[in-house]
Amino acid sequence: MREALEGSQAIARAVALCEPDVVAAYPITPQTHIVENLSELVAQGDLHTEFVSVESEFSAASVVLGAAATGARAYTATASQGTLLMAEVLFNIAGMRLPLVMTVANRAVSAPLSIWNDHADSMAVRDSGWIQLHATSNQEAVDTTIQAFRITQETELPVMVCMDGFILTHTMEPIDLPDRMAVRDWLPPMAFSRSLDPERPLSLGMLVSPDYFPEIRHSHHAAMQQALAVIEEVDTSFHSRFGRAAGGLLTVEGDPEAKVGILAMGSTVGTLRAGMAHYVEAGPARLITLRSFRPFPAEALREAVEGLDCLIVIDRAISPGLGGVLGTEVAAVLSQSARPPHILNHALGLGGRDIPETVYVDLLDAGRDPDAPRFSVFDADMTKLAPEDR
Amino acid sequence: MTDATRLAELRQKFGRVPEGPSDPKPGTVSPREAQPRFRGLESGHRACQGCGEALAARLVMECAGPDVIVANATGCLEVFTTAWPQSAWRVPWVHSLFENAAAVASGIEAAMKARGKNTKVLAFGGDGATYDIGFQSLSGMLERYHNVLYVCYDNEAYMNTGIQRSSSTPHAATTTTSPAGKERMGKRHLKKDLVSIIAAHHIPYAASASVAFPQDLQRKVRYAMGIEGPTFLVIHSPCPLGWKHDSRLTIDVARKAVECGLFPMVELERGSLSNVMPIRQVRPVTDYLELQGRFRHLFADDPRAEEERAHLQALADYNITTYGLTGGDPDNADTVGTAAVGRGGHPAGRLRP
Repeated sequence: MREALEGSQAIARAVALCEPDVVAAYPITPQTHIVENLSELVAQGDLHTEFVSVESEFSAASVVLGAAATGARAYTATASQGTLLMAEVLFNIAGMRLPLVMTVANRAVSAPLSIWNDHADSMAVRDSGWIQLHATSNQEAVDTTIQAFRITQETELPVMVCMDGFILTHTMEPIDLPDRMAVRDWLPPMAFSRSLDPERPLSLGMLVSPDYFPEIRHSHHAAMQQALAVIEEVDTSFHSRFGRAAGGLLTVEGDPEAKVGILAMGSTVGTLRAGMAHYVEAGPARLITLRSFRPFPAEALREAVEGLDCLIVIDRAISPGLGGVLGTEVAAVLSQSARPPHILNHALGLGGRDIPETVYVDLLDAGRDPDAPRFSVFDADMTKLAPEDR
Repeated sequence: MTDATRLAELRQKFGRVPEGPSDPKPGTVSPREAQPRFRGLESGHRACQGCGEALAARLVMECAGPDVIVANATGCLEVFTTAWPQSAWRVPWVHSLFENAAAVASGIEAAMKARGKNTKVLAFGGDGATYDIGFQSLSGMLERYHNVLYVCYDNEAYMNTGIQRSSSTPHAATTTTSPAGKERMGKRHLKKDLVSIIAAHHIPYAASASVAFPQDLQRKVRYAMGIEGPTFLVIHSPCPLGWKHDSRLTIDVARKAVECGLFPMVELERGSLSNVMPIRQVRPVTDYLELQGRFRHLFADDPRAEEERAHLQALADYNITTYGLTGGDPDNADTVGTAAVGRGGHPAGRLRP
């Protein structure tokens, strides 16, 4: 049954359906409504979990780390500065290969202070070794959250579900929440192969000399690569059980004959989709939605861009001095293709700058311009800057 | 399964309890074998000779284990016990980071609670992890009232990185980041009064202990283990390398720290002082200082040295007055009696005939 729910409320309800043993979180805009809603569910007796209201994001991540190490199902959520304060723990969680689910309500990183959406936060921890899945809508965020609990259990790798702050978290949409019994049936009981247990004492998080370190890093990389198949299988299984998929590794839509493609992650996809429908005269395009940013589906991407002359990659974060983060990675992956498309990379909507539907037209125009820069902050208004800063 | 049965089984499984009925014919069984203890922390680890921290951790584990889970902060204890692929721990043990042992322990405890288990959670950290970098997460853990015993092995500096000053380093001690020279007489600031800060959280139990008084230390661990709620123990643990004393003097140095009043042995319940270890015979601080190279500059022919010695004596006197540490009549809980009674001796300090 579909209910009108705010994104954050829907996520809280989805988490509750997965019946976590431990939830720890610290409030930060725009993640706050998620933890508020979870607290409310606990207070009303609709969610039986140990809810640990911690004194920082650093401790939020550490608490769920400890809980996960005992084999408990654990969940946390954060955004922006909170993600960065957690950063040290996030690397640690992934390095210890602990099963965990975390929502990141994507938000810009200060300075300058901005509470609005972009992807600088999750990008800053892209090398932590977490699985990172991006949702384009609230329904996808709900479904991906439920899937994440199964993915993390099967892969024993932590999963970060990224959803755009405000644009998704604070938007009310009709959401279909799966039935509690159906989720209980689909999601196996929590099990972790290396849990802390007095019956079977193990030491976790030991000191490792150079004799073993590269092998451990290699096995982490290999586990991430193997997770590609798990992410797809879990989405397929979810689809057959609940009647809808949440985007696999990536999805391709639009005109299959188009020579221009646009690749994006998160809610920007919805805007581009609407632009494509409204501005048919701008020309056809192939729209590629990347859901799994980590592990990066290189093979699937190479197939998805086959036949394209030009690929425009939309970034919601930049690496100053280089360009877009996603764009750079896509270019690196496609450089191994036999006939890679010409790649243009544009950062859009940084710090919450509104992305209008007309951006679809402007992007395709820029794609046709032979003098267009390979990278730009596409919606930056140069007249607002002093000449020396342009 | 009852806790007692479960505990007995775990002891049998991991505790190296001698097999078969014991037949203690005099002279055939060593006192240690006759009274087996749980070895949560095994020998064979890589601690330095005379390491106070290793001794303290073994003493804690003997009476805490085996139905426990340990969250260990980064530091010497973590490094010397768990160099992959070897581990000296016979209990489930996890190390995450330097500053989050208390938060990790909080999470473990929350998971135990969620699953209805009684396994006690211990958090271990050195003074750097406890007084400094992990202070916030420790405060959070206490405030949230997690059922965790936090043990701080206090060796008064960052020993794992090579002896740098922490907020627990005593005034005037030299470390590699508080050296003595023409302009400085070692550390310029006071040792943080952590026990008082911890007690101000009004937790059920906070205490200080010393490796020089193992019976007292273990009594405090057993007491804390019996409490449902957050408890805290700081154990004064000499580091021969960092304090620059002979390895064989660890216990002597630790005892003199207590006997001069610089390391007061106190117990606080719900924020109020409930017990102290009286000092049978108070020593001058110089008896303690002169054994250690980190205070060598305080014995130089320098007026500043005399001034700093007086300063440290004043700090010890302050502790003695504040906590009422001067003993009256011989007492089986004072600095002499505790050790003597523990060895089966008489509180007055004389051994039984």
